[in-house]
Formats: sequence, C-alpha cells, structure tokens
Amino acid sequence: MKPVLSLRGISKSFPGVKALQGVQIDLFAGQVTALIGENGAGKSTIVKVLTGIYQPEEGTIEIDGKPVRFATAQDAQRAGVTAIHQETVLFDELSVAENIWLGHAPRTRLGLIDRRAMRAGAQRLLASIGATLNPDLRLGDLGIASKHLVAIARALSTEARVVILDEPTAALSHKEINELYDLVETLKAQGKAILFISHKFDEVFRIADRYTVFRDGQFIGAGAIADATEGQLVQMMVGRSVDQIFPQRSHNIGPPVLTVVGYNHPTEFADIGFTLHRGEILGFYGLVGAGRSEVMQALFGITTPSKGAVRIDDQVRVIRSTHEAIAAGIVYVPEDRGRQGAIRGLPIFQNVTLPSLTRTSRAGFLQLAEEFRLSREYTQRLDLRASSLDQELGLLSGGNQQKVVIAKWLATKPRVIILDEPTKGIDIGSKAAVHEFMAELAAEGLAVIMVSSEIPEVLGMSDRVIVMREGRIIDEVTGARMTPETLVRAAAGLAEAA
Amino acid sequence: MTLLKNREVLLALAILLLVILVAARFPAFVQPGNLVNVFNDTSPLILLAIGQMIVILTKCIDLSVAANLALCGMVAALMNGAGVPLPVILLLVVALGGVLGAVNGLLVWKLGIPSIVVTLGTMTIYRGIIFLMTNGAWVNAHQMTDAFKALPRTLIAGLPVMSWVAIVAIALFTVLLTRTPLGRAFYAVGGNPHAAVYTGINVGRTQFVAFVIAGALAGLTGYLWVARYAVAYVDIADGFELSVVAACVIGGVAIAGGAGSVAGAVLGALFLGVINNALPVVGISPFWQLAISGSAIVVAVAFNSSLNRKTGRIILKPVETK
Repeated sequence: MKPVLSLRGISKSFPGVKALQGVQIDLFAGQVTALIGENGAGKSTIVKVLTGIYQPEEGTIEIDGKPVRFATAQDAQRAGVTAIHQETVLFDELSVAENIWLGHAPRTRLGLIDRRAMRAGAQRLLASIGATLNPDLRLGDLGIASKHLVAIARALSTEARVVILDEPTAALSHKEINELYDLVETLKAQGKAILFISHKFDEVFRIADRYTVFRDGQFIGAGAIADATEGQLVQMMVGRSVDQIFPQRSHNIGPPVLTVVGYNHPTEFADIGFTLHRGEILGFYGLVGAGRSEVMQALFGITTPSKGAVRIDDQVRVIRSTHEAIAAGIVYVPEDRGRQGAIRGLPIFQNVTLPSLTRTSRAGFLQLAEEFRLSREYTQRLDLRASSLDQELGLLSGGNQQKVVIAKWLATKPRVIILDEPTKGIDIGSKAAVHEFMAELAAEGLAVIMVSSEIPEVLGMSDRVIVMREGRIIDEVTGARMTPETLVRAAAGLAEAA
Repeated sequence: MTLLKNREVLLALAILLLVILVAARFPAFVQPGNLVNVFNDTSPLILLAIGQMIVILTKCIDLSVAANLALCGMVAALMNGAGVPLPVILLLVVALGGVLGAVNGLLVWKLGIPSIVVTLGTMTIYRGIIFLMTNGAWVNAHQMTDAFKALPRTLIAGLPVMSWVAIVAIALFTVLLTRTPLGRAFYAVGGNPHAAVYTGINVGRTQFVAFVIAGALAGLTGYLWVARYAVAYVDIADGFELSVVAACVIGGVAIAGGAGSVAGAVLGALFLGVINNALPVVGISPFWQLAISGSAIVVAVAFNSSLNRKTGRIILKPVETK
C-alpha cells in the first residue's frame, strides 16, 4: 500500500535548538498512525510543518508520491491536510454552521453567503460523523467534546484527506473519550489518513494501526501496532537519554520544612501529601494535565483546596491568598512567566521589589534607595544583563526578564521555592544556567519543588521524584528506582516492568 | 535630549507655546491675574482628572464622576439649606462621593462587571437620584448661605481656596502614587493583572480603592462647583466626564492601564483649560473650540502611541563602536 502523505528527512531548527533532525512519517488511507514521544520530542513541531505553519530547512513532503511545498497554512489546507488541536481554534461567538464554513462558505449567485446551503451542508457533515448538533447553536455554548465534533466537521468540509488529531483526549471525560474513539473509526471508514498524537499508551493500543516514535527531534522507529508491545514502545520513547550534563549537587538534606497532608480539591486533585526538606530538590513528574501545577497553585493560595493542611516548620499555616503564601515563605515561579510573572511596563527594580514592599518601606512610605539596594543584590546574583535597574522590564530579552522574575521571588527570602517548568522554552545554554542556579539555592538550604515534564531534567536535578497521574500522587521514586522507565510507566499508568 | 522624550515635559512645552501664541495677540492673557483665573477655572477638571487617572491606571474607567459631582453638589446645597455647618458638609460630601465610588468599585470587584458598563449605569442612576430628591427643582444662589458660597473664592496668599485644593491634591496624590506601596500596586495591577495576583496583590481590591479615591475627589469637587457657580440642579457638569477622560488621555495616561502620572493628568487638564479660556479671547467661535479640543485628543493619542512604539523591544543590537 502506498502512503497518502509521506515526509522524508525533515529538519527544523530554532535559535539554539534542533527541533527536528531528519525525521520521517508515512500516513496511509484508512489507517491511524500514532505519533509517540516525550515532551520535547518534536511532536508539535512536526504538526506545524504538516500544516504549513513552519517551513522545514531540509526534507521533502510528498502527497500521493508527488512532492509538495506548504508555504502557508492555506497551502496545506488546499492540499487536504487539516489539524484538530488540543485547544480547538474556533470562534465562540459564531454558530456551529458558521464555524464549519468560515473562509470557504457556499455562495449564492450574487456572491453573498448562502445561509441555507451552509446550514444544510453543516447538517450533512455533522450527520456523517454521527453527531446530532443543531447547526444554529452558538459554539461557545457547547462543551469541549462537541467543539471537537465541529472541528472535525470543519475538517471534512475542506475535503481533507489527512486529519491530524493533536492530543484530542487531553481535556475530555471518560465518556467523551469513547465517543471520540468512535469518531476516529468513522473517519477511518471514510478513508482518511489519520495522525494521532498522544502519549497515553492505552489509547494508542486501542485505536492506532501503526506507530511512529520520535525522541529528541529524531526518528526512532515505526511499524504496526499489532507487532509492538508496551515495553518496546517505552524503550524507544525513553531510550538511552542524551548525556546532558547536570551540576554536581551536595545532597545535603536537612530537617522537614514543608509538610502537606491530605490536600484535596473538588475537581483538580485528591489525597496529596508529601514532605519537603531543607536543601532538597523535589521533582514533580507527570503528563500534561496530571494536576501538578494545580497542586502548586493551591499551595501558593491562588486556588483554595477543600480539605487538607500545610505545615511549615511544624506550624500549621492557613493559605487563602498569595499574600499569605508569601508571608508563610512559599513562592511560586509560574510556568507562563510572560503572562504571570513580568510587568513589562514597570522598571526592573520595581518588578523585583513588588512582593517585598512592606520590607523596603518605612512608615508606609517607599524607600527608593532601599529598593535599589535590594534589587541590585538579587539581580547581581543572577547575573542580570541590563544597562540600568531603572530600565523598563519590557526592553530586556526573554532570558533576562526571567532572571528578574526569579530575583523578585528570591528577594522575599522564601523558605520554599516552587519552580514550574523552569526551563520550558529556553535554549540549552540558559537551561544549564538555571540548573546551576537551582543547585546553588538548594545548597544554601532553600527547599525547592521543581515541576517538570522533561525526564532528563527531573532525574538529573531531583533528590526524589513524585509522579502524579489524574490528580493523584501515584508513586514516589527514590534511589535506584529513579530511571526513565519507572517515571514513564508510572505517569502513563502502566505496571512496573518485572 | 532625554528630557525632550519625556511626555510630561513635551506637554508642558506645548501648553507654553499655546500661551505664547495667544499672548502675541492678547498680552493681557498672560497677566498673572488672568493666569490664576485660568488655573482656578481648571481646578475642578484637575481634581477629577487625578481621580480618573488612578482608575484608568488599574485598567478601569469611571464614567460616573460628573454625575457623582452633581449628586454630591446637590446634597451639599440641600444640607446647607437645612442649616448643616460647613465643615460637616465638607466631610459628608467627601464621604458620600467615596461611597458612590465604592458602589462602582464593589460592582467591578465582587461581580466582575466591566467598569465601563458599571459606571455607564451608575452615571444615570446618580443623576436620577438628584431628580428624585428635588423633582428637578434648582437650588439657586439666594437659597445658599454666604459662607457656603464664599469658601472656594476666599483668597489665601493671593490664590482662591479652590486652586489651593487642587494644589494640595496634586501634591498628595503625587506622593501617594510614587512613594507608597498602594501607589505601586495601582501600576502593577494595570501593567499586568495576572502577574500582580502572583505577587500577592489583590487586584479587585486595588481597583476598588481607585474607585473610592475618584469618587471622594468627585464629591469634594461637587461642593466646590456648586458653591462657586452658586447653583445646583440635575444637569450640572453634564458631559464633564468626557473632558476628564480627555485630560487623562492628552496627559499620556495609557487607556490600557499601567502607565500615567499625576503630572500628566494635571497637564492634560491645563491644556484643555488653556484652550477653553484662550480661544474666546482670540475670538474663535465656540464651534471651533470643540473641534480644536477634539483634535488635541486625537493628536495626543497618536503622539503617545508613536512614543510607545520607540520603546518596544530592541531586536537589532546597536553597532558596537570601539
């Protein structure tokens, strides 16, 4: 059988990162190919190459054996490739029918949009995937699962031959997931070639016919699912991890600082309990959506847990707001630093001192000299490159903005620092600097929690690793058990290899 | 050169240029007595612009300030008629203004309604309350005590009390915004509300405080206005909220929040004040005055956004000279 779409030798790099190095994929009509890989393996990059958003530096894309080029997203769509993303990119304020036909709506003879044809077409497309949605409904009133149906109907309206499903089940309930599986079967029966991106093994084995594994931007292997075992796939995914160099750690672990007992949240997590020690780096590993960030946000007072207690140095602390968390000595460096960390319009020193103003003020008045002193002390420690601390934060590069955000938290003299995906989206050089710095903080006696989805980082930096899955702690990994296989299996809910 | 890039300095220069142009034809315009009059005339606008500036800093807007002013002014006039002593009236109008502002602030904070919608509603409600209290009747000069009417005009060191109130407010709020944690919080909340939350700042409460300040200033101005013009009725200061917003915008206060200064808002108000006072002197028809004020707003906004663009991220490194 000949592939409908085939990629050969695709390479794509970004400043400091080789995202894809000579990878290949074949997609066949009426078959589901699962693309498997850890975070950072290059899965989302390849989706962007396939949909014309990124142009690869090397390699060929062939459709029915003929080479094509996707210079724009429209080119890819015209060639019959369409992607349905985790977060559907549709318009809440438009109706279902309008969403399906936006950009290629049927026209009347006068060139106006033919609303009747649009409605009828929408109904036909929805019926073909077994959906009974009213095409006049406002999209925003629908749930995520129904939005997926609309997205798929839209894909069919463009007469797509290749459908990419990018982690479609990440935000769905159990029942909705089963409906999605049925839908994938329908698409298969219609002869579409489907690329299914996932890192959940159970669903890969349930619906895929073939698999392709990427690791660190490289093609590792491909074949029929029927011939593969879970063990083989895990092995291919994890492999021998790249020899990344992590700083020497002192591992000088002191008495407990933070104890969390019976932490529960009505919708996000349950039965969370752990202890964090002085000088320790505690890793939190899990798949995206396992509830790690949600636990951290509750610890930091952004959300309120329904049950549970937090003790710092054996004293029970009630944390109902970020203010109280900071007062208790807990700080959180969020994942989305641009949105949640930096105030770009304010000068550097004001960004640094913002959570410490009660300390730098006297009798309720700000002491600018003291603010400068404090921000100089911490930005120097982080080796910030800026012409002056009076400079607007927005003028700095991304890496330097991040240093300011971290300096801001260190200046509050915390007992516990929570770093959420601290090296996400930064180049290798800066990564090493961040790792170095985390080791220093721990050596100075700070208790560090690191939420990370990168296995080498989790294993290379942590003293212990807590693995979460679906809102619960399912394993605590220490010592000899700290291997990539253990983490991947625990996070994916597979039994440990004998 | 850096001084010339400062938007407040540029605005001050523009005002100076305007005054010089007018003085070239009418030297009497720049006599100290007249300039004091211009400042005194502009004082209500300055007071409201300072309050509005703080609200806009926090990514909100208060369209109800003029209605608040009118309601508090009417209450002041009615209390005066009922024989309430003047110091008590002053305290009560500031408190009432603060409460009216707090209503806006609570709706924005606790219910999360966009401020433009909240204040569009309360603007009408506050005017409606005046109507309910008076059935549309006016309170005229002869119904007010002399002491009530005299206070804003009383001269202290050659300046009327009304001007002094504006000067004290300028000083007070400059210190509040630049030298206190609360002032810093206003900038942080407007600059990036998400980041402010993560820093331990209560965004909603900060916005609430901004509304209370703007309301209290409007309440105080309500008394000054009614006493100075010696009349109170439903429609006083009708549409004045737009001049207040205009003063802020001309003064470089970013409508998206997070950027602005007391000096900017005051200069914006003075710019409008000079135009309003100078154009009749030069003999330009009132119809042109509106068009000129309007053009000033558009020019100021265009200018501010071009100034902002220059401070965007510098991607190209400057060529190193060694």
